[in-house]
Amino acid sequence: MTSTTTRPPRYLGDNPRFLAGLFMSPAVIYIIALVGFPFVLAIIYAFTDISTGNPDLEFVGWATFRRVLADPVFRGALWNTFLFAVLANVLVVILATALAEILIRDFKGKWLVRFLVLLPWVAPVSLATITWLWTLDSIFSPIDWVLRQVGVITENVYWLGRPGTAMTSVIAVQAWRIVPLAAVIVLAGLIAIPKDINDAVAVDGAGFWRKMFQVTIPLLAPIIAVAVLFGVILTISDMSVVYVLTRGGPTNSTQVLSTWAFIKGIEGGALAQGAAVALFLLPVLIGITAVVLRLARRREVL
Amino acid sequence: MAVVEVRDLRKEFGDVVAVDGVDLRSEEGEFLVLLGPSGCGKTTLLRMIAGLEQPTEGEIRIGDEDVSRLPPRARRIAMVFQSYALYPHMTVANNIAFPLKAQGMDSEERNQKVEWAAGLFGIERLLQRRPRQLSGGERQRVALARALVREPTVFLLDEPLSNLDAKLRAAARDDLMEFQRRIGITTIYVTHDQVEAMGMGDRIAVMDHGKIRQLGTPEEVYHHPADVFVAQFLGSPPMNLLETAGFLFGFRPEQFLPEGVAADEGTRVPFTFHVNRIEYLGSERFLYGFIREYDETRVIAMLPATVTLPISIDQDHKFSVAKDQLRFFDYDDGVKIAPQPLMR
Amino acid sequence: MTDTTTWAETDVGALQRQADRRHRWGRIGLYSGATLFAFLAAFPFSWALISMFKQSNDLYVKENNPFWFNEAPTLEHLRLLFLETNYLTFIRNTVLVGLAVTAITLAISLPAAYALARLRLRWGERMGIAIFLVYLIPPTLLFIPMTRVITSLGLQESLLSLILVYPTITIPISSWLLMGFFKGIPMDIEEQAMVDGHSRMGAIARVVLPLMFPGIIAVVVFAFTLSSHEFIYALAFNKSSAVKTIATGVPTELVRGDVFFWQSLQGAVIMIAVPIALLFNAFLDRFISGFTMGAVKG
Repeated sequence: MTSTTTRPPRYLGDNPRFLAGLFMSPAVIYIIALVGFPFVLAIIYAFTDISTGNPDLEFVGWATFRRVLADPVFRGALWNTFLFAVLANVLVVILATALAEILIRDFKGKWLVRFLVLLPWVAPVSLATITWLWTLDSIFSPIDWVLRQVGVITENVYWLGRPGTAMTSVIAVQAWRIVPLAAVIVLAGLIAIPKDINDAVAVDGAGFWRKMFQVTIPLLAPIIAVAVLFGVILTISDMSVVYVLTRGGPTNSTQVLSTWAFIKGIEGGALAQGAAVALFLLPVLIGITAVVLRLARRREVL
Repeated sequence: MAVVEVRDLRKEFGDVVAVDGVDLRSEEGEFLVLLGPSGCGKTTLLRMIAGLEQPTEGEIRIGDEDVSRLPPRARRIAMVFQSYALYPHMTVANNIAFPLKAQGMDSEERNQKVEWAAGLFGIERLLQRRPRQLSGGERQRVALARALVREPTVFLLDEPLSNLDAKLRAAARDDLMEFQRRIGITTIYVTHDQVEAMGMGDRIAVMDHGKIRQLGTPEEVYHHPADVFVAQFLGSPPMNLLETAGFLFGFRPEQFLPEGVAADEGTRVPFTFHVNRIEYLGSERFLYGFIREYDETRVIAMLPATVTLPISIDQDHKFSVAKDQLRFFDYDDGVKIAPQPLMR
Repeated sequence: MTDTTTWAETDVGALQRQADRRHRWGRIGLYSGATLFAFLAAFPFSWALISMFKQSNDLYVKENNPFWFNEAPTLEHLRLLFLETNYLTFIRNTVLVGLAVTAITLAISLPAAYALARLRLRWGERMGIAIFLVYLIPPTLLFIPMTRVITSLGLQESLLSLILVYPTITIPISSWLLMGFFKGIPMDIEEQAMVDGHSRMGAIARVVLPLMFPGIIAVVVFAFTLSSHEFIYALAFNKSSAVKTIATGVPTELVRGDVFFWQSLQGAVIMIAVPIALLFNAFLDRFISGFTMGAVKG
């Protein structure tokens, strides 16, 4: 009498529980087999000394981690990953917010502007980066040509040939390609701000800057957080910009965890060390995951 | 045509009991209204009859067949949703033909049926349009035509008039009733609007908190409410309720008349009515005030425009109610009881 | 101005002039900002657009103006790109991978998204978030064991490797996106179809899926974008040029040691980037609404 379970319908196809299982299982199986399993494997690898020449799983405890940590290139890569992510995303937030503020307004030629600013993001990353490879060329860089004409420099800068300018270039190119995505996300947030609020601000007589800092940015904070989230994940995990631009050079000065894992693990064949290097991204990702979960709970964004 | 019957029907969503043991049986070809405030379980009850929700307990029978575990498509019912749920990607003709296609009817017979249903509602000229090109009233007609095209055994309607503006609503109500009488199909109609319920229903089931509080004709539920909830839910303004030694009694505002207006002076119960405020509404006057004899309980009187007697505010007036118009309720559970002597 | 200024004392003309001035500066700021952003974003591309038509003895002279044709423009490098490199193979591979990934993604995420949006699962919300979190696990973390998995399946040096692995990225985000689109379709319509005599599957096929068209388009675009962007798996799995996509093929095949096919390379980039950007620009408003749909109704 007090049972609360609903009796199932006569036909299997009408039973929501059955359908739910049927509909969810392909996705769950696919993800477990091709994300969950390799993920566990990555952790297992890090505790072995597996390599392409020695494909047996022999557990060596923390030895692989110790070897990885002892390598100064790795320590440099760890620091660079952090530095690039922070600096690139500071740039991204500022530029993307400004760009979104521009794109939400109506003006002549908006279509063209939108098309041009989208280019860095929608072009395949490696191809977009290639255009910079030539733009920053040691001999034929058009930037250097302009600087020479203006008389700022007499000798070429060798952008990608010196540690300082190479790092600056990598950070700038990362920011350059993420800004459009971040701007689109912020734009979505701007569109979602109720018109009433803008009207109320206009009636209250607030000027542009006051409105920007006291109304718009506080309201946008959660969605800017989402943009930063994507930006951070992209900068720390995507290796194409560094790989195409400098391959971590000169002398590993722009090496980051992702390129170092690739160079060690795939190009060098040291699978265990590569996996261990990549695993250092995990704490950062867990931190980001925690932020996403909190945002999702608040249910304002995502 | 068929009779719909539910027996001891119960629906729980987690901890919430939406429908709490309902027994209900329609008559053949009847227009049965489920009336109640929002959240009373009337829509859940309708959706269980349609097969869109699985009951937690109990049985649903349509035409003497247990359909409790049948999916909606096997129940030979038609349903009109509050939003009309027209398929936005299909023309009106295809919308109406949709249930016929599900039956596997051939296209020639289908076209004839669509023409017939469209003719029934006078929407032949709209057949090639898309739903977004239609007005609210036209949409309703398309939804009705689609519901009836395959001649269902039972017709279920979930607040089908609430999306129309007031003027259109009256006309749509007429259409709907006229049409239901003509076809004589058993109809279950959910609404929270008591005017609709009173005007349309052969019988009304008044629901609250998942239970049916009273099932009866409009006259019965209005004049002889089964309990305090029904008494106060029906009628605008609702029944006046007063408390006295161990029980409650009440009367309708239109029964509360000034001395000298009613004919049967001998059988009336007098009250001293202190009037605070008068609302003049053209066809009637509402008088707001309290009754001196019963702890200054607030009551409302409604005088028809035919009573022109001047009433001044902030003064006591002699009013009365016919004895047989008084209703009595239990003090504890609010259920109707036999007439009690009023002592003072 | 203080709060005590009454309306009568206010100089309306001065206020009007101030407002006009603000407006004028606002427009100037807007246009210069827009121009600056457009310039910064498009600079390397616009310059690539010029370079791809340059003769080598124009391009490779340090003192020549890089922004103008010092010699007559030529189509020679485009000819080279199409006829003497594997560029067309890369494009074909990318399209093939994109098509297959689209098909797999739709087949798996449409049902999953439907279940999450519609079937009132007790663990539905947590499941939705879990699926989204999978998207946050980057290839960087997985590519080393994944390479082993692909090798042991014998799929290295074939497009099948990418076709198998890319859905791990597209399925989570597509399920999330499609869930928003499903929630945007009124439940009434689906229930109406069930009352009208269809099974749930029939209702989904005849009424829900046709209305999902914009969401399906979004998934198609996403799958193709990924197939043309993805770098790390494509680089790790496939090393022969016959099975490279544009993302890996163009940078590795057209830059060989010290020999640069620069003009061809620039052409290769422009001819991929411009069509994609045009497509995105046309659909941008839809994408924004898709993004917020998942957000608002999530």
